[in-house]
Amino acid sequence: MSDLSTRERIHPGTAPGEDFHLEIIGDGDFDTAEMSLSIGPAHPATHGVFRIVLDMDGERVIGARPVIGYMHRGFEKLAEYRDFRQIMALVNRHDWLSGFSNELGVALAVEQMLEMEVPDRAQWIRMLIAEWNRVLNHLMFIGSFAIELGAITPMFYAFREREDIQHLLESATGGRLHFTYNQPGGLKIDLPKGFMQQSVDLLAQLRKRTPDFTDLILGNEIFQARTKGVGPLPADVALSYGVTGPTLHATGVPEDSRVTEPYLKYDEVDVHVPLGENGDSFDRFSCLLGRIDASLDIIQQIHDHMPAGPVNQKLPKMVKAPEGSTYVRTENPLGQLGYWLESDGGRTPWRLKMRTPSFSNVQAIPYLLNGVLVPDAVAVLGSVFFVVGDIDR
Amino acid sequence: MGLMDQVELPQPVKYVFNWGRKYSLWCFNFGLACCAIEFIAASTSRHDFIRHGVIPFAHGPRQADLLVVSGTLTDKMAPSVKRLYEEMPEPKYVISFGSCANCGGPYWDSYSVTKGVDQIIPVDVYVPGCPPRPEALLDGIIALQDRIQGESLKDRIAGRRLDPITLGADAPLAIEGATGGASGGPT
Repeated sequence: MSDLSTRERIHPGTAPGEDFHLEIIGDGDFDTAEMSLSIGPAHPATHGVFRIVLDMDGERVIGARPVIGYMHRGFEKLAEYRDFRQIMALVNRHDWLSGFSNELGVALAVEQMLEMEVPDRAQWIRMLIAEWNRVLNHLMFIGSFAIELGAITPMFYAFREREDIQHLLESATGGRLHFTYNQPGGLKIDLPKGFMQQSVDLLAQLRKRTPDFTDLILGNEIFQARTKGVGPLPADVALSYGVTGPTLHATGVPEDSRVTEPYLKYDEVDVHVPLGENGDSFDRFSCLLGRIDASLDIIQQIHDHMPAGPVNQKLPKMVKAPEGSTYVRTENPLGQLGYWLESDGGRTPWRLKMRTPSFSNVQAIPYLLNGVLVPDAVAVLGSVFFVVGDIDR
Repeated sequence: MGLMDQVELPQPVKYVFNWGRKYSLWCFNFGLACCAIEFIAASTSRHDFIRHGVIPFAHGPRQADLLVVSGTLTDKMAPSVKRLYEEMPEPKYVISFGSCANCGGPYWDSYSVTKGVDQIIPVDVYVPGCPPRPEALLDGIIALQDRIQGESLKDRIAGRRLDPITLGADAPLAIEGATGGASGGPT
């Protein structure tokens, strides 16, 4: 049984510190049988094939056990059989919403091992695409979270913008989801003619349209009632679980690799990290929305800075990283992504270990779900932003 | 099914009957991986397969006519897909969307990935690509609808299936100017 007080058990929607007047008939206690409820692996509320087993007391969750592994595709093992250029096409698929940011981490790791100087222009273009990719990712979560709460419209708004951004990125990289645009030492090809102008136009268009999301979702009374005070995550718990990204920022911790440990040229631009206060579902979602604006600000600065020059280096036929190991961490849209790459001097990595943000973020779910109602469980699950492929690899 | 599986319908009745069936495909999306995102993209405003009569709001497999398996099928997941397929009522159709569902895709040498959904359930249309573009899904749907139009329901229910269609393999693409995803150029 749960260790919650009777009052809290009877009125579950109470936010911490909030006073509730509820008339309790009898002694206020009644017996219920515990039962186990398996949600997933194919369930619309768990976007993807995430499975979670809830232990229920009445309609209240008293324990949650995520069952992962339904999307385990063996990335780490497969990477040992792909050479350093082929890995790019593999790693951008584990978190399928942020393909570019994934391959960027591996590219940085290989370059670090080879002690390679990457041309300035390549680094700025990488930042530009990575930030567009971040916007793409966040738009998807805006749509899916709203759908989980019962609002269909934001999905159509989000995909209107997503299609435009994908069209832009496709013109440069040839891919809509998996860009495979990086290679050790830079990028595969330069941006096409007219790309920068299109990017500037698209930025202006998005600036006009992002307030729609704020008005449509954040101001909505039902949305607020469903998310405010639901699933609060304290900062120390978040840190102890290794939670990163918007889920951590919502608790008020400004940890962002782009600021604390800048890679590429992030030290030359201003990176704003939107923070929350309570760490509840509402804060997590508004941090996500805030990050879109922050990314648009960065894109604006990149447009102003973009230098001319080469975008890659001549690579030997076979890229071989020297013996040794390295760890690179980058700020993925969903949190901190780390690649630990070890090479024995051969043509393929000896070992590639991933530290993926979604895997760490879902570790906090049993804590968050303890004591919430089933409908609130959906609001919590949707606001701990994760991609199933990123959990299971 | 009553009469349908006993007698061959007369041609005009069959035509109208199949015409009705092909434009009301209730679709159950088994979204597994990256391809599920492209499936969602195909259902939203720009591509919008609802105009082809595909309705992506089936409440579950029991209400669905069409199963779209989009994404990587792993060995752990495979029993669930088989079970959901078996829950669907006849006549039921399967679109295998994306290289992973077709044959394992980029994970062809992985120890945990099922090398194609056709190892566990019969597939009607294969849509290649990693992931295929939303236009490719529209193409697959149109190919399936063409097949339903000419189909004998009696044969279908009796389990006499035609060979599966592989998009881009033998027939030209139905939509003008569509490219068959990452794996194929314009045909």
